[in-house]
Amino acid sequence: MSIYGDIILDHYHNPRNYKTISQKTHAVEVKNPLCGDELTMEAIIKGGKLIDIGFSGQGCAISLASASLLTEFVKDTPVEELKGITPEDVVGLLHVELSPNRLKCALLSLEALKKILSQ
Amino acid sequence: MHRSIHRKHMTSIQDIKKQFPIFQNNPSLTYLDSSATSLKPQTVIDAVNQYYIEYSANIHRGIYTIAEKATQEYERARKSIATFINASSPEEVIFTRGTTESLNLVASSLGSEIIGKDDEIVTTIMEHHSNFVPWQEIATKAQGSLVIIPIRDDFTLAVESTGKSQISDFISSKTKLLAITYVSNTLGTINSVKDIITAAKKINPDIITIVDAAQAAPHMPIDVQDVGCDFLAFSGHKMCGPTGIGVLWGKRALLERMRPYQFGGEMIDHVTVEKTTYASPPHKFEAGTPAIAQAIGLGAAVDFLNAVGVEKIHQHEVTLAAHTITSLKKTFGDRITIYSPPAPYRSGIVTFTFGKYHAHDVAHILDEEGVAVRAGHHCTMPLHTHLGIPASVRASFYLYNIEEDVKKLVAGLKKVEAVLK
Repeated sequence: MSIYGDIILDHYHNPRNYKTISQKTHAVEVKNPLCGDELTMEAIIKGGKLIDIGFSGQGCAISLASASLLTEFVKDTPVEELKGITPEDVVGLLHVELSPNRLKCALLSLEALKKILSQ
Repeated sequence: MHRSIHRKHMTSIQDIKKQFPIFQNNPSLTYLDSSATSLKPQTVIDAVNQYYIEYSANIHRGIYTIAEKATQEYERARKSIATFINASSPEEVIFTRGTTESLNLVASSLGSEIIGKDDEIVTTIMEHHSNFVPWQEIATKAQGSLVIIPIRDDFTLAVESTGKSQISDFISSKTKLLAITYVSNTLGTINSVKDIITAAKKINPDIITIVDAAQAAPHMPIDVQDVGCDFLAFSGHKMCGPTGIGVLWGKRALLERMRPYQFGGEMIDHVTVEKTTYASPPHKFEAGTPAIAQAIGLGAAVDFLNAVGVEKIHQHEVTLAAHTITSLKKTFGDRITIYSPPAPYRSGIVTFTFGKYHAHDVAHILDEEGVAVRAGHHCTMPLHTHLGIPASVRASFYLYNIEEDVKKLVAGLKKVEAVLK
């Protein structure tokens, strides 16, 4: 079965939160050395809560869809709750099984989020 | 006329394909990643197995029968390889783990000795990291510099005969070393290494020249004496041989002069508490028990390639690549960008980017259609930076590929467009 199912294609064609945030309190850049993809993630964290989040950059369908799904999932959530997000949670959002190499694409956005939360 | 010749040729290729058991286990596999590693014919698998089940003794030591047999077969493989590249003697053929180790051996044993402050190492923008990073490392350490020969818009080296640049723009009395690839693993460009080396040595006869033949040795006849280089490196696994074995060929006088790369067993002449003298080449550079089965397997691979005919393999791949480029352009027009030089610089590698689609998505959907290609930077990041792309898709052909594989690639790319829109 193809991994390019409805959810991934929807978020690939219409990525949510694909934006820069002028009022950002946090900004990070991450890279996937395997394919050279770069992802920028920006966020507003106030009063221990992630108020807004956006991402930009280039990537494959899996990395763009996962960034879209993840940013949608974490918005308006207390930072303490977000610290517990696992790779399995991200894969769960994508609703597909991924090979180890494609898993790296899918988890690039999580790496960015973790960096933001540790700042 | 052309059609009938082609058909006859295809029949024999179908026979060749039968000798690769992977196709019996994966009947629908279209394997277009031979530049990464080639598939293995039954004769090579048998040669490796035979060593393990009939005479799996260590070499150069035992007095007993199977040890003699192992030594004989190991050295016979070295002779076959020497003949394959027209080396003047088997002693000039050193077994290594592969191209990367071969190049690192030269860099470490010779490069680091001869490169001093302000000295220059000349290489090209199209090198694989294995023929780039070791030289960059040495140049940096010695406070010398790395001089890069660029490419032209047609993906050939700037110093090729029809170009504006000349080798004299890059080679000077400061140049100590020229490291150049025979065939680019990304662009598939065949460089005129003989002409370039001849021109470079005319300017400065003292420079050491190193040719990365990882993508040449499997695909076209090589004559080290004709090329006129000092060293030439290649890997066994890309030429139907096992993994973990490769070759460094070097001119005997240089090999004699060089310090060993690693120290220990097998590489010594005499050891006392105070001092050690080393064996002659090639053993000086083969410390420890080598990859015996793999060397014997590589010998079998060379026999296999000779039986098919390396020039015939080359022609077959070039034909398939040309056909692929025509089909891709005809089917996808401006939506596909192909990074291939014109003939006669073109080999059996076709690298491209496809519309707005990411190389990983293209490769993934092609895989879902049974087509194996490579996506990424193919260990040529400086080249990709020069081309202004983060990654590309590479289809590479070998002797077992058929025209049907090209059709499947085109059909697979149509599927990419259908899925990702």
